[in-house]
Amino acid sequence: MNRAGRSVILFESVSSALHAEKILKAGGIAHKIIPVPKHISSDCGVCIRVEGEYLEQAGRALEGKVRVLGVRQLPEAKGR
Amino acid sequence: METREHIYLDNAASSWPKPESVIRAVELTLREAAANPGRSGHSLSVEAARIISDARSEAAAFFGVADPLRIVFTKNATESLNIVINGLLRPGDHVITSRMEHNSVMRPLNAARERGISISSVRCSRTGELDPDDVRKAVTKDTRLVVLTHASNVTGTIMPVAEVGAITRGEGIPFCVDAAQSAGCLPIDVDAMNIDLLAFTGHKALYGPQGTGGLFIRGGLEAEISPLVMGGTGSASEHEEQPLFMPDKYESGTPNTAGIAGLLEGGRFVSSQGIASIRDHEMALASVLLEGLDGIPGVRVHGPAEPEKRIPVVSFTVDGMDASEVAYRLDDGCGIMVRPGLHCAPSAHRTLGTFPGGTVRFGFGFFNTAEQVRTALEAVSSIVNKP
Repeated sequence: MNRAGRSVILFESVSSALHAEKILKAGGIAHKIIPVPKHISSDCGVCIRVEGEYLEQAGRALEGKVRVLGVRQLPEAKGR
Repeated sequence: METREHIYLDNAASSWPKPESVIRAVELTLREAAANPGRSGHSLSVEAARIISDARSEAAAFFGVADPLRIVFTKNATESLNIVINGLLRPGDHVITSRMEHNSVMRPLNAARERGISISSVRCSRTGELDPDDVRKAVTKDTRLVVLTHASNVTGTIMPVAEVGAITRGEGIPFCVDAAQSAGCLPIDVDAMNIDLLAFTGHKALYGPQGTGGLFIRGGLEAEISPLVMGGTGSASEHEEQPLFMPDKYESGTPNTAGIAGLLEGGRFVSSQGIASIRDHEMALASVLLEGLDGIPGVRVHGPAEPEKRIPVVSFTVDGMDASEVAYRLDDGCGIMVRPGLHCAPSAHRTLGTFPGGTVRFGFGFFNTAEQVRTALEAVSSIVNKP
């Protein structure tokens, strides 16, 4: 899988992120809960990582259901 | 001392026993997922947070709430009611409540009076029933909140919540319902009943552990309700101000994860049995008790005569005998556990005419049987006949 396109979706809280996880799971959209990368935020929470090809689908699934704070593309070189 | 079966008829105070699945969930959480939920990002922390997230979704579905993030976990209905009463009301505001409320409503309300908040307590009948039109008549231009119990913890009287909700919706006044006794016992749909704020506890008819409860806050109202407690939420950690979003605004500090895991299973237990089927069972027991008490001379049952107007809570007095004496003899002589006295609801007892002596209260739950009710009736009969 092409790692270059990986992004993380950021949320207000862990509660929001886990609610989003349920929605993505129900929609069969591949994703992974990971700690928020330190270069993005010093927060102690979690975010959702998705491959580029699923990003748009994930965005649509979450729209109007969970508040998304932002989407950041992960740097290629660092991988995960 | 002879061994005997204990008969627990105090489910209105706290349900017991708990379903096995509830006990197992608490234990499993403590053994396998007792990290700090969502604080640290590692897998055990996420696992703990997932338990709470699942419980939030279960609670939301239970009360017809579309967005689970509108559910705040608290330690009980009392804390939830305190968030609403202390957080929403400002000096000059007017509140409407009833004369059947528990002290979890009356004490914070009376303290609010000191801050310049006025209160109208709507009269109820001697059976604890409320006429919704009296709520309408009590509305003033300053009315900022109507707070009402869904079902009396003294008589079991079911309040006309949907009817009052229609009035408050029409007037644009936030409507807070104390569902301590009713959550898990009666169907609740916050949209159909126009409930804006729903305070519930986990350890009664939801069969969860003590120390669990919650509050539903309708969208937008969180902007007007200050939190009772502030602190770490695991979110927005770079800021030293309390977050304003749901549910974190009202969920500071490490929660009772193991308890909430138990609450989740309690909710699932009630859903799998079905509220209607549990209610049928409990009301069959209450009907046997009501009918039996009716046949014992000197026993006076309080609350509505029609069983369908109650949750399975029955209060009675015995002529010439203290409520505490009856309860003591039921426990000591017969192993039957009930609750005498004022049930933290002096206002309700004044309405019924049973203040200050109080009543003897039976509260049924899923695990009670008809045999237990018959034994309890025989015990009451024997106590009354041998004062």
